[in-house]
Amino acid sequence: MADPNKVDPIHQFQITDIVSFGEGGISFTNSALFMVLSVGVIALYLLLSTQKRSLVPNRVQLVSEMLYEFVAKMVSDSAGKAGMKFFPFVFSLFMFVLVANMFGMIPFFFTFTSHIIITFALALLVFVVVIVYGLYKNGLKFLKLFVPSGVPGYVLPIVVPIEVVSFLSRPISLSVRLFANILAGHITLKVFAGFIVTLGGLGFLGWLGALLPLVMTVAITALEFLVAALQAYVFAVLTSMYINDAIHPSH
Amino acid sequence: MAGSAQDIIIVAQAESGDALQQGEVVAPAEEHAAEGEHAAPADAGATDTHASTEAHAEVFPPFDPASFGGQLLWLAITFAALYFLMSRVALPRIGSILETRRTRIEGDLKEAERLRQETEKAAAAYEAALAEARKNAHGIAEETRAGIKADIDGRRADVEAGLAKRVAEAEARIQADKDAALANVGSIAAETAQALVAKISGSVSAAEAKAAVAAASKE
Repeated sequence: MADPNKVDPIHQFQITDIVSFGEGGISFTNSALFMVLSVGVIALYLLLSTQKRSLVPNRVQLVSEMLYEFVAKMVSDSAGKAGMKFFPFVFSLFMFVLVANMFGMIPFFFTFTSHIIITFALALLVFVVVIVYGLYKNGLKFLKLFVPSGVPGYVLPIVVPIEVVSFLSRPISLSVRLFANILAGHITLKVFAGFIVTLGGLGFLGWLGALLPLVMTVAITALEFLVAALQAYVFAVLTSMYINDAIHPSH
Repeated sequence: MAGSAQDIIIVAQAESGDALQQGEVVAPAEEHAAEGEHAAPADAGATDTHASTEAHAEVFPPFDPASFGGQLLWLAITFAALYFLMSRVALPRIGSILETRRTRIEGDLKEAERLRQETEKAAAAYEAALAEARKNAHGIAEETRAGIKADIDGRRADVEAGLAKRVAEAEARIQADKDAALANVGSIAAETAQALVAKISGSVSAAEAKAAVAAASKE
């Protein structure tokens, strides 16, 4: 960059090739690198920390156990005992999104959850799993999901379309929630950090003025850590609840 | 048209950030804009080349469809690997650790409960033994006391019986002596009377003396 005061908040979402496999083929990008890194970090941590299988856990093992019990409780609270069949799925989703979001908080790291295609693919996966398992488990009774029990018949023509629309919008809301939170957070952070640089270039008064965005940046960074964890949690909780619909369609 | 082309170029230059290029690219764009509608086709042709060279820059990267295929492929690979690792290796391992710990704790608790019950049983047995011993001790004491009492009573009875017997014997002897003495009194008196009479008035027969004494003693 020739002009250091020019801050481009969008540049961080740019996908760049790291290794290309021929012209027009699939290349290994920064996005792919961080997906691989996330999976690697999750798997290595969980496997290495539990290597000793201590009866009395040390700290690293305790973290793995707490993550396990946290997600297990989440799934069994939302979807009951039958839902535990999907525990590895929800756990993988939670850890994948959590670690991706947390990687995103490290400067110069790429955040692949800020790309709608990734979050939408994950949400669609949840959606498809719910539909396929719901139909496999309950057959046509799965359609009861759209007919709430205890609703008088003459209201059904209004309620059923609403239920159908809300069901169909799930992958969109699930994916956009995660994607938009991460994207907006990163842009805000970059813009405020950019203000510091721009104001800092204006001399002494600029330095004074830069204090405000500096404080804001620190505060937003803290907020973004919260958002990163919270969005992973929300994604996993909603997945558990949707899975509950697949198992117990009549609500 | 010109306005949108300008936007594209500004985005492109912001991306490249090249100040020199900025001057070169923006200037012609402004000239074209000034020329108006007439120059638009030529302008579009010129910016097309810019747009194609900076194709990835003009789209907001998260919405760039060109990246979708690659990202989806890598997402599928990595997420499948993660799911496989979690469901086959990591989660069963953590689950077994937790399960082992739970059964171990339950076993320990059960063992502790068993030991506690055993302790209680032993304490109860001890209490029972103590009560039994106390009862036995009481019985023995009672028995001893009764035995001693019986012994004392027996001896006292023996002694008393012996004493009574000796008293009775003594009394009997006294009575016999008394009887003998009393029996002798008559004959002594008769002899005395005979002797006295003989001294005073001559001899008198023993039988007369006896009869006289007996008559005198009756008076």
